[in-house]
Amino acid sequence: MTKYKTIKTARSAIALLGMAVFASSATSSAMADKMDDYKVGDIHSGYVYTAPSTRAMQDDDFENPAFLMVEKGEALWSKPGPNGKSCASCHENPEEDMKGVSATYPKYDPKTKKMMTIEQKINREIVEKTGGKKVKWEKGVMPALSVFIGLQSRGMPMNVKIDGEAAPFYEKGKKFYYTRRGQLNIACKHCHEDYAGKHIRADLLSQGMANGFPAYRLKWQKVGSLHRRFRGCNKNIRAEPYKQGAEEYVNLELYVKSRGNGLKMEIPAVRR
Amino acid sequence: MTKTALLALLIAGSVTLAGSASMAEMVKYKVENDGIKASLTGKAGDVKNGRKVAINRKKGNCLACHASKHIKDQLFHGEIGPELDGASERYSEAELRLRLVNAQMVNEDTMMPAFYKNTGLTRVRKKFIGKTILTAQEIEDVLAFLKTLK
Ligand code: HEC
Ligand code: HEC
Ligand code: HEC
Repeated sequence: MTKYKTIKTARSAIALLGMAVFASSATSSAMADKMDDYKVGDIHSGYVYTAPSTRAMQDDDFENPAFLMVEKGEALWSKPGPNGKSCASCHENPEEDMKGVSATYPKYDPKTKKMMTIEQKINREIVEKTGGKKVKWEKGVMPALSVFIGLQSRGMPMNVKIDGEAAPFYEKGKKFYYTRRGQLNIACKHCHEDYAGKHIRADLLSQGMANGFPAYRLKWQKVGSLHRRFRGCNKNIRAEPYKQGAEEYVNLELYVKSRGNGLKMEIPAVRR
Repeated sequence: MTKTALLALLIAGSVTLAGSASMAEMVKYKVENDGIKASLTGKAGDVKNGRKVAINRKKGNCLACHASKHIKDQLFHGEIGPELDGASERYSEAELRLRLVNAQMVNEDTMMPAFYKNTGLTRVRKKFIGKTILTAQEIEDVLAFLKTLK
């Protein structure tokens, strides 16, 4: 109960902060300062390219529909699994214990000798530590837990490791990024590197950063994973998408996140 | 014949049928001097149909990346490539034809899709495998339309 209170207080503090920024946004320098928070050198968060009305939804936790998932995740945290243990049994204080965790995934997993996303880690915890069954990525338990855990990294710099054991996976992800695909024969880099900041029909192309995912998309009317976003980008160029959690997407996620290392985490972001 | 086998045949049949338009033999063309001189079909292009194909998001979808002052009835023109207006003054018909057939033969790194190509592609969605984005006649139609955009 007290936990709820702490989160709610934190949320209203953030909301107040948001209003303060809003109030001063009449002056363009305040606006520029605010945008600086979403940039590191030439690297820009998708927030920079998002419509003001969508940004406003992200800025205010009470307006951000993804916060329903945060609350659900917080409730699930202390719900016992089949073996009687809940996440809270071992991670008593998620605000502290999960701080910065999402910013470091995907991480190398010595067990499978592959990279592992936060969703895959959550599933492993559910199975191995609470005796439960793996859950699907896009509905129910997973978006709730991944957003709740992700929120604990908000404002911290994205920081995935790409050297050592991660290096070969980084190379594979990079190759994916620069490979043309689909009947339209276009690579990620064409849209998000060559033409970021330009309109493709009605869409303003961003740099395709991953620091806000899982995010609430207006088009989806729900929270979705980064891999769901990848699937959409693949299907738009008439390329066969991969399934959520496929090794190809996990490696791509590592590479895409490394491109944005240093950007502040924004989970749960709001996007069109 | 068992019912399942019959059903399988029927399904296979309808798949082939759906794909037949573009599964048809690819027209061979010759690239010379940075262009393709001859019409792919030997027929002149149809301007009206060319406009339709160019605008259609499932066909040319040219406005995803290009703008034109002559297509005001369509909202949201793209900013990726140069304006389409005047392209026919900048390039010959043969040069434009090659750019529509396969712009990557002109600029290896271009984002512009090759509209008449069905091999050498990676992980094409199943329903598009073996198909070109536009048919040979649609290329000619879009070309005829392009030439009206001054
Ligand atoms: C034909 C252009 C196109 C291609 C190719 C493309 N995308 Fe996108 N992508 C978009 C559009 C449009 C959006 C929505 C607007 C935006 O954020 O750019 C988007 C959004 C994204 C986002 C969300 C960014 C945010 O902050 O909300 C990510 C991440 C992304 N793309 C990654 C990729 C990856 C990885 C690839 C290659 C597999 C790829 N995209 C290929 C057009 C493309
Ligand atoms: C029995 C105790 C226990 C339970 C129950 C448990 N965990 Fe864990 N968890 C651990 C331990 C120990 C670690 C660190 C070692 C590891 O990664 O396995 C950990 C690590 C993690 C990490 C990775 C942290 C990092 O820095 O990479 C996440 C995320 C996580 N747990 C989430 C959960 C979630 C979500 C639940 C509930 C579904 C849960 N855990 C239940 C003990 C537990
Ligand atoms: C995915 C984006 C994209 C789409 C879709 C697209 N183009 Fe292009 N187009 C480009 C780019 C980028 C260029 C710039 C040349 C280059 O990159 O080499 C270009 C160049 C051109 C040129 C040469 C113009 C000049 O002045 O240099 C013509 C003509 C052209 N496109 C016509 C079309 C037509 C007609 C369609 C629809 C059938 C179309 N394009 C669809 C991206 C696109």
